[in-house]
Amino acid sequence: MSEPMIDIRGLCKVFGGAAETVMPLVREGIGKQELLDRHNCVLALRDINLAIPAESIQVVMGLSGSGKSTLIRHINRLIEPTYGDIIVDGQSVSGMDASALRAFRRNTASMVFQGFALMPHRTVRENIGYGLKVRGLDRDEIDTRVSHWIDRIGLDGFADRFPTELSGGMQQRVGLGRALATDPDILLMDEAFSALDPVIRVEMQNILLELQAELRKTIMFITHDLDEALRIGDDIAILRDGEIVQQGAPQDIVLAPADDYIAEFVKDINRGRVIQVGRVMAPITNGTTGPAISHDSLLEAAAIALAEAGADAGIVTAADGRPVGAISRGDLMAAMVARATAGN
Amino acid sequence: MADTSWWVTFPQMERETLVGFRKALDGAYRDFSRSYGDAIEAFFEPLLFFLVWFERLLINAPWWAVLVVVCALVFLVGRSWKIVAGTAVAFLLIGYFGMWKDTMSTMSIITVCTLIAIALGVPIGIVMARSDRARTIVTPILDVMQTMPAFVYLIPVVMLLGIGKVPGVIAVVIYAIPPVIRLTNLGIRLVDRDVLEAADAFGASGWQRLVGVQIPLALPTIMAGINQTIMMALAMVVIASMIGVQGLGQPVLRSITNQYFTLGLLNGLAIVALAIVFDRVSQAYGRRMQLQYERISNV
Ligand SMILES: Nc1ncnc2c1ncn2[C@@H]1O[C@H](COP(=O)(O)OP(=O)(O)O)[C@@H](O)[C@H]1O
Ligand SMILES: [Mg+2]
Repeated sequence: MSEPMIDIRGLCKVFGGAAETVMPLVREGIGKQELLDRHNCVLALRDINLAIPAESIQVVMGLSGSGKSTLIRHINRLIEPTYGDIIVDGQSVSGMDASALRAFRRNTASMVFQGFALMPHRTVRENIGYGLKVRGLDRDEIDTRVSHWIDRIGLDGFADRFPTELSGGMQQRVGLGRALATDPDILLMDEAFSALDPVIRVEMQNILLELQAELRKTIMFITHDLDEALRIGDDIAILRDGEIVQQGAPQDIVLAPADDYIAEFVKDINRGRVIQVGRVMAPITNGTTGPAISHDSLLEAAAIALAEAGADAGIVTAADGRPVGAISRGDLMAAMVARATAGN
Repeated sequence: MADTSWWVTFPQMERETLVGFRKALDGAYRDFSRSYGDAIEAFFEPLLFFLVWFERLLINAPWWAVLVVVCALVFLVGRSWKIVAGTAVAFLLIGYFGMWKDTMSTMSIITVCTLIAIALGVPIGIVMARSDRARTIVTPILDVMQTMPAFVYLIPVVMLLGIGKVPGVIAVVIYAIPPVIRLTNLGIRLVDRDVLEAADAFGASGWQRLVGVQIPLALPTIMAGINQTIMMALAMVVIASMIGVQGLGQPVLRSITNQYFTLGLLNGLAIVALAIVFDRVSQAYGRRMQLQYERISNV
């Protein structure tokens, strides 16, 4: 395993309390409500450990108030940690002085916001170029880069409009363009698509996935929507009351929810579009014949392949084409409808 | 009997003590103005020079040239032909009734006072918006400045600098500056937190935040403050004529002492006309900016 791009270590955040007074209580495991009642502090994050590999999309999911926004704002230090540290590319974010932090925000990590947070007095072009302007690039350089992104992100013809003239989806394209224009390694997206209509939201998810296939950024993506989490995430961390209650690949979470809370979340999910054949295949037996199905095909795709071939079973193959298992129609059906069971 | 008199009349300070107290304060202030008056006067010398130059410029320029320039400025700032037409009519009437010269004097002093009020008031408002401490200190001072009867400002200024244009300008600025300070502070404090957070997230420095986000977004509110400041300056100009400020206030003052009703009315109306022009222009400008930010799609 290579070094993670973002490494969150033992992060705790208590709003409204000094570290010396509240940290001992947090370590003893004081409840959120008790801390609020007795000490008038809000426990927002408790002992978060999360390592995010470079070029991957880490989804953080949780209900409103679970601490998602607080967590993501620690990565570019819009919020100061009460305890713990964040290491980005080997460098401690809490250790940066004011100018190093500004340089980090200008060059390394940029952010997309739930409410878009565009500047109403600047045109689309000026909004997208904002990060570059802050960085002090000259006008021609900014113009070239901005034009590239306007084109890339589907905002042709809108360059000289003002944000309030655009629909929500278009506004968030501007938000995404503004974040990408500085060519950062890290993209922080706090419920970036939550405010959009379902159809537009899926469209934006597609744009993001398409861009990611080419750009390979390290992305932290916050959402409260499990469908979105499963579609986008390479890895999902589930946050509840400021703690990570489960972390793993999307199909692990669907197949083995850590507790009833998560089981409740995943019970209505279309499992055929999340789980891969490799996770539910049977050992290969002599004499099994059928079409070859790649181990990372989704169940739904495998079912279609079997139906088209008119076969009752298929051979599951590894990336190199070697057969590694077998899957029957029955197995597929069982896996697609199986009720998630709590615990391991 | 004598012992219970406090029940009927207020047990006030001994008359001699009070007189002594007033004498001491007045004397101290007089001493201060004697020793520093010249230095302070010298400090304001450039201001006086500019005031005289600007007033002469407006008075000596041909009336039609002034009219054209004023109308052009009104159009540039307000972008409305209706306001331009109103301005032209007002100025022509003023000239026709023989008040052109006094109006030019008043315009020059109002312009200078407004510029000074903006130059001082906007930075003070910014400091207030950035620090709650500064706000708690400045707010009560502004409250006092706004409720103190305007005549009271004239006394210390006259004691210090005598009678003339500069003390007039100082009194007008003190009287008129509170709105621009208050509304600059308010405008900056009302700027959307999310937008400011975005500026921070992209690594903006404090200065970039102020100049690139806070001031532009507060500008419509600041303009409302400037508008009020101009109105108050116009109101104060009449009072300032008591200490020798030239302009429309002088004839009004003369009318009061000599009971010239028509003269007073005409000059009063001229001040009203100026006020309306300044008000409409600065409001139109503020509205134009507001619209730009809240532009609603009608495509
Ligand atoms: N500035 C703050 N001061 C006090 N409490 C806060 C502050 N910001 C967030 N919180 C609290 O921290 C918790 C987590 O908030 P947040 O991170 O915004 O949750 P989410 O983004 O998951 O909805 C909530 O209980 C919220 O009330
Ligand atoms: Mg949130």
